[in-house]
Amino acid sequence: MRPGSPPTSAGPMMAEDGKEEQLEADEDSEYTAGDGADGSLNNTVAEEGAMLLRRMEICVAEAEKRSGKNAVNMQETFTVYLIETRPMDAVAEGRNPAPDSLWRRYSEFELLRNYLIVTYPYIVVPPLPEKRAEFVWHKLSADNMDPDFVERRRVGLENFLLRVASHPVLSNDKILYHFLTEEHGWKEAVCETGFQAKADSRLRALSATFRVRNPEKRFMEMKHYSDELQSHTSQLLRARARVADRLYGVYKVHGNYGRVFSEWSAIEKEMGDGLQSAGHHMDAYAASIDDILEEEEHYADQLKEYLSYAEALRAVCRKHELNQFELEMASQDLISKKQQREELATGIVRTFSFKGMTNKLFGQEAPEQREARLKLLEDLIAEGEETVKEKTIECEEHVERVWVDMQHFKEQKDKDLREALINYAVMQVSMCKKGIQVWSNAKECFLKM
Amino acid sequence: MSGHTVPADFSGHMLDLDEDEDLEVFSKNISLGDGNPMPNSPGSMVNQYRLEDDEEHQDANTKDLFITVDKPESHVTAIETFIMYRVTTKTTRGEFDSSEYEVRRRYQDFLWLRSRLEEIHPTLIVHPLPEKFVMKGMMDRFNNDFIETRRRALHRFLNKIAEHPILSFSEHFKVFLTAEDLTAHRKQGAGFLSRMGETMKAVANSVRGLKNRSEEFTEMQEYVEDFGYKISSLDRVAQRITKEQREYLDELKQYGPTYTQWAGFEEELGDPLKGMASCVELCSKETEEQVHHLSEVLIPTLHEYVLCTETLKAVMRRRDNIQAEFEAKNEALVSRKVDQETLQEEVDGLADRMEQANNALKGDWSYWKNGMRTDLKSAFISTAEKNVDYYEKCLAVWESFLMSQRVESSDQRDAEDVS
Repeated sequence: MRPGSPPTSAGPMMAEDGKEEQLEADEDSEYTAGDGADGSLNNTVAEEGAMLLRRMEICVAEAEKRSGKNAVNMQETFTVYLIETRPMDAVAEGRNPAPDSLWRRYSEFELLRNYLIVTYPYIVVPPLPEKRAEFVWHKLSADNMDPDFVERRRVGLENFLLRVASHPVLSNDKILYHFLTEEHGWKEAVCETGFQAKADSRLRALSATFRVRNPEKRFMEMKHYSDELQSHTSQLLRARARVADRLYGVYKVHGNYGRVFSEWSAIEKEMGDGLQSAGHHMDAYAASIDDILEEEEHYADQLKEYLSYAEALRAVCRKHELNQFELEMASQDLISKKQQREELATGIVRTFSFKGMTNKLFGQEAPEQREARLKLLEDLIAEGEETVKEKTIECEEHVERVWVDMQHFKEQKDKDLREALINYAVMQVSMCKKGIQVWSNAKECFLKM
Repeated sequence: MSGHTVPADFSGHMLDLDEDEDLEVFSKNISLGDGNPMPNSPGSMVNQYRLEDDEEHQDANTKDLFITVDKPESHVTAIETFIMYRVTTKTTRGEFDSSEYEVRRRYQDFLWLRSRLEEIHPTLIVHPLPEKFVMKGMMDRFNNDFIETRRRALHRFLNKIAEHPILSFSEHFKVFLTAEDLTAHRKQGAGFLSRMGETMKAVANSVRGLKNRSEEFTEMQEYVEDFGYKISSLDRVAQRITKEQREYLDELKQYGPTYTQWAGFEEELGDPLKGMASCVELCSKETEEQVHHLSEVLIPTLHEYVLCTETLKAVMRRRDNIQAEFEAKNEALVSRKVDQETLQEEVDGLADRMEQANNALKGDWSYWKNGMRTDLKSAFISTAEKNVDYYEKCLAVWESFLMSQRVESSDQRDAEDVS
């Protein structure tokens, strides 16, 4: 698959201010990175590619509930998200124009992502925030309509857009641009790219996974890594959720101190004041856990993103396996055809064939028939050689491109996850400081008892 | 004799005490037997007076009786197996023949001591013993935790008695601390039957009801009720907190290793992930200590005062009975014309007894309240301090992790600059 407009796409792309031309001009290059009218190429260096984000400020500003009919004509409630964009140069110049905005729902984001996965099978496409709340600890709502969940999803969707718009390859996609700038007609435009037809069938992909003989070693390693990444992040998330649950219990039970101290203080003379004020601090302590754990959900979200990235990694591996498998099949086919030609030409049968059998049984065929068959074989072989050449190039290109994106992904992953761990530590520090504060205050009150 | 001996009224002395009157060297002359263990010398009065006023129960200066309970050992006989505790006493008190004693006592011996003290001082508040049976079901008598908890409570019990201005001079207490073989002494004292007799009387009296209980004692009664509910609630809250903490700790122990496992498959991320694992592990240790502290300091103290509530209720009941007995006899005196002289004597005796009982209770009540306040205050302060300490230690752990990450990133930046 080439980037930009696929050669076989039916229907018009969005007719934009010269962008279409620009993309077509760059069709032969590996990356369409330049935005200048001269169509200057700027391939390989990942940092140069963040063009869309440089041109445009993007954010997912709000979420709203809507009602409507769904595909099976049933009434449903769903959430829409407001995407706001502003031209970067205006912002840089200090002007503060009102942003352009449009509403999209989660399923449209999914559609965009599926399109990107099919169109750029050598890219580890950034994941969306989770469809349903998972790794939920019991007080956390698993309801998709819950405002906290919606808020975290809003952040996740924004994160997705920012990642895509800053990716050296993905950011140049026209469908992406359309998604961000024009509310209506986008769905039709995506479907018209015909990407759904190009999506590899699951069965083919699965079959390839099992039957491929010589996948590239690097891909095997990548696949192995993606398995490990998935396994460990999900274990971590599960354990963290259970810890959060228990910690919640500890803090909340302290709230009982507040109640009992207050009642007890009523019957005590000297101890009354101390007890009463200590009780207030215990109430504050019990209440503080809600904010603490809500913040920690952001950490969980960062981990979940990389849990989903593991799946994206695996998708790229699968594509390689499919390419490699098809190449192997094509090569195999070519070899067998060549062998057939040789047999036909020399009359020596090396391998079992029905023709060979019938020849033995019924005698050789007529020379004209042999000539006809030879000619057919030659054509098939020529075709086969073309196919093998194409498949080889396809495979090699995919491998090369994946390799570049993998570097990009690795760096990003290390940076992001390290940041997430640091954020978590910062949260712990804050929680400890609050704890010191509350219990020091409580101690002061107890001293007054 | 009705079988009750009454402590001499000391509260009056307490209020009238003149500065000049004291400073006689303390020389007690306690007669043995059924016991009249009340200290009569002015010296001892001063001791008590000072104690009433002090915040602490005994400052270092006045404490002259040091007791420890330790070394629980299993003792096997033909009939039964039980635990013996070593009770060590060090004292400078004159009435003790020696200055150091070491004896072995079992739980039953403690029960004996306490019940004798309660008999002799029905309206004094005698600190409770740890429970006879374990309700939780999961522990048995020979479980180490149970034995240790009991040992601590027994230690506290004896020290509470030792600190008490009146009870610490009890002859039975002295015998308990010093006699090699307690069984001989245990056979003395009011028998089972006489105790039964008292109980029956008490029931009869309570049926009759009290004529007029003074305001003061009614307030005390109400306080005891309320206090009982509050302290029970606190006991439950503290237990619940401990339970939640333990479950939190269990999850933490599973959580840390997930970072270590992941680190095995990462290159750059390996270090920070291992760092995280180490942080979680260190915090787990601190949590463990925090839980330990809770179960060693706050929970036993709260539990003791739950038991105290029962003691207080019993004391109030006994006081009421003493008053009821007096009232009954007094009524009889008023209504009957014969036997006036004997009845009058009896009534006077009961009136005296009642007054002494009431005064004893009043005095001990403020002593007890002070003690309760000190004990609970100290337990809560200690808990708060431990929690501050816990959070400080965890803070240090996470901050040091952050430091290490900053150092790493600045190293990386330096490396990039150079290359």
